[in-house]
Amino acid sequence: MKTTIYLDNAATTKTAQEVVDAMLPYFTESYGNPSSIYEIGQRSKEAITKAREQIAEVLGAKSEEIYFTAGGSEADNWALKAAFEAYKSKGNHIITTKIEHHAILHTCEYLEKRGARVTYLDVDENGIVKLDDLLEAITPETILISIMFANNEIGAVQPIKEIGMIAKEHNILFHTDAVQAFGQVPIHVDEMNIDMLSSSGHKINGPKGIGFLYIRKGVKIRSFVHGGAQERKRRAGTENVPAIVGYGVAAERAARTMEERTKKEIELRDYFIGRILNEIPYVRLNGDAKRRLPNNINVSFQFIEGESLLIMLDMKGIAASSGSACTSGSLDPSHVLLAIGLPHEIAHGSLRMTISEETTKEDLDYTLDQIKEIVNRLRELSPLYEDFIKKQKQNRA
Amino acid sequence: MYSEKVMDHFQNPRNVGEIEGASGVGTVGNAKCGDIMRMYLDIDEDGIIRDCKFKTFGCGAAVATSSMATELVKGKTIQEALQVTNKAVMEALDGLPPVKVHCSLLAEEAIHAALWDYAEKHGIKIEGLDKPKSDISEGEEEEEY
Repeated sequence: MKTTIYLDNAATTKTAQEVVDAMLPYFTESYGNPSSIYEIGQRSKEAITKAREQIAEVLGAKSEEIYFTAGGSEADNWALKAAFEAYKSKGNHIITTKIEHHAILHTCEYLEKRGARVTYLDVDENGIVKLDDLLEAITPETILISIMFANNEIGAVQPIKEIGMIAKEHNILFHTDAVQAFGQVPIHVDEMNIDMLSSSGHKINGPKGIGFLYIRKGVKIRSFVHGGAQERKRRAGTENVPAIVGYGVAAERAARTMEERTKKEIELRDYFIGRILNEIPYVRLNGDAKRRLPNNINVSFQFIEGESLLIMLDMKGIAASSGSACTSGSLDPSHVLLAIGLPHEIAHGSLRMTISEETTKEDLDYTLDQIKEIVNRLRELSPLYEDFIKKQKQNRA
Repeated sequence: MYSEKVMDHFQNPRNVGEIEGASGVGTVGNAKCGDIMRMYLDIDEDGIIRDCKFKTFGCGAAVATSSMATELVKGKTIQEALQVTNKAVMEALDGLPPVKVHCSLLAEEAIHAALWDYAEKHGIKIEGLDKPKSDISEGEEEEEY
């Protein structure tokens, strides 16, 4: 069925009309190469400069500290690999968490094969990093702390300011993957002592295929893509001008609308979570109730499997996501859900719904009705539920 | 992603349920991997499978393969039921995506496990049937929320 209710805004978002309008002239009118000296080239260069300023403004950064990449994954790869390379002489130890995005985790595994020692911090049952654990993990060899700003699956927002403080006190580089947080929660790189930050355009109603890495002035990491002198010689390749322009507008727009938008989203989020927990038995909320992204809802329904739930929701026109193994393409459910201590079968029954500014109460009421019906249906099918009910009857007898 | 037949069997699964006092019950898979199938068989004195029901915890393919497996063994003799392989189940469903082939294996094992249970209960040996490979781990306490 055609998707009518889109609840997967953590996967990607609709490109805002304002963003599309800003981008369009850079395909057919102002198509010059920003490195060219003539007028049509310089027009592109000016557009990039403006976008860089728009983004820097949102972060409280200087515009020359913003380096455009092809997306969040490239920014994460660059930050970790280049920091390891640049600070090898100081040490080989990196601290990260068990709940990072694969762009961080798989890069860390890659670096481990090349001599890095990586500590993967545990999180508490709500998905929050424990500062004591971080302090304990620091050694004289620690060169980098990379902890995500907010988790993509359970929406847990990390104590970034405190982590930044710890990193600064120990003179360790601090990188944060802010792909889910940028434009959703206030970020200030100076106040939070962030040295590097990754972000992605399409998570904030901007275009796909564009991201940036913020690199604080003085952080000595080298180029990741070699070639021309673009991005202050740190990231070669002709700039994706339309996408950069769109990203700038999207960032400016996200910051401008943040307060009002997130207030509305938080209200809807908490209304929806409340109804799910009250009206459906054997369900739990994954992630911290308060320290969570304004648009994130993640729940686990006991006795059922997530992919079945997703297909049935899809047939009702509802798009959502799950941490079940079947949707991850492996036999294991989401590493994030396992890290917060969920048993495998509960992790398999997870459902993530991420709302947007366009989501209405009616959408969520309809979705809840469908979830109730589907969960009932799948439980009737489930041998785990059958066993559970039998056990209950025995216990009562 | 799924064929029309898989979607049909997922949306309208055949033979869902339990059989009270079944001749044989088999449960295979485990919650860790996200797939559990339970198959109930009602077998008469002539060794004909009169009824077959199932319950499955798992993805769309797991539900569809269980449903199709029950259809394929119903009315068959024990020996005929042993011929219902994972390949037969897959073919009957017009194929499965490569990552879902293990679901059809599970369906085959569920049939075997139910037949094995029947044989044990009746103290008989079924030609060509080996003890099923996988079973759900016993004794794991379920957590409640």
